[in-house]
Amino acid sequence: MDRVPLERKVLSENDRIAAELRARFQEHGILCLNLISSPGSGKTSLLERTLETLPRPNRVAVLTGDIQTENDANRLKRFGFPVKQITTGGTCHLDARMIERHLADWNLNDLDLLLIENVGNLVCPASYDLGEAAKIVVLSVTEGEDKPLKYPSIFFKSDLLVLNKIDLLPYVPFDITAAAENARKVHPGMEIVKVSCLTGNGLQEWMTWLAQRRSAHKPLVQETVS
Amino acid sequence: MHELGIANSVLDAVRTEMSLHPGTYPCKVGVRIGEMAAIDQEALRFCFEAIILDTDLKALELGIEVCPRRHRCQACGREFVVHDYDSRCPQCASLDTTCISGDELELAYLEVEEYGSSTVGAKSPQ
Repeated sequence: MDRVPLERKVLSENDRIAAELRARFQEHGILCLNLISSPGSGKTSLLERTLETLPRPNRVAVLTGDIQTENDANRLKRFGFPVKQITTGGTCHLDARMIERHLADWNLNDLDLLLIENVGNLVCPASYDLGEAAKIVVLSVTEGEDKPLKYPSIFFKSDLLVLNKIDLLPYVPFDITAAAENARKVHPGMEIVKVSCLTGNGLQEWMTWLAQRRSAHKPLVQETVS
Repeated sequence: MHELGIANSVLDAVRTEMSLHPGTYPCKVGVRIGEMAAIDQEALRFCFEAIILDTDLKALELGIEVCPRRHRCQACGREFVVHDYDSRCPQCASLDTTCISGDELELAYLEVEEYGSSTVGAKSPQ
């Protein structure tokens, strides 16, 4: 019996494509963000609010994933930005190959920001690198403040927690302080913004976070070029 | 429930690796799974057994090593296992600690046996 060391990632093919995507995004100065949440937490609403608020012209595109239907793409297309639906046909997460395929006929020179809305699922999307600069997890106040402890992986891997539907706080037994504490237990120092996509409350904080990320991500001026 | 895709990736890796070892067959493949990797061990095992059923690899065993979440203290350098999300350094109580492992999803090893050798103790023919 011989034991052969393998020592590589199980998803090495996905990771290889993701690394290629990340390099392309960097080359074109594109900030790519991967939004993840349970179904119904408000990813599409957050994107609607974001697209609605962004000053024109803005070089933004959206890829939105679902198991079936073009509903989300139709909701997002009305803001005039390029939007593509990725229907996975059953798969519970997006993978890097799907992103690569759906980017194929977009000119990356035309973009500064690529927003990816993952399939609604707090578990599986955590395992698949899409080449994004950051993952963002959305949690709504109707879901329970212990979600970060129950689904630690995605909170651990996300840079930002967007706590959505805060307009419902008076009507649900959701302890927002405990939710933030739980998120930071799993991910010390995690950034958190509290929003209501319905009333617009708190959205300025989210747009500020986005603007800061975008300016931090701008390609460095090539001083050596004369 | 993405364990089926993970199981398929493991099996693909086994088949690729086996092309490098002619005259042998695979007995066991070992994977490392971090406790923060969002992989359910039992679901992975179930999927793995389902996809090798009725194939030439039906006897292939899956070995799973679970890796705990480990942090390193930035202040004193101590490395420790994080229990119950408490990432404070047990030595100096600093909260400035960084994660160094716990989200593994890795292929560790493959055990192969030469054709003709027996797994029940009989000597292979000389």
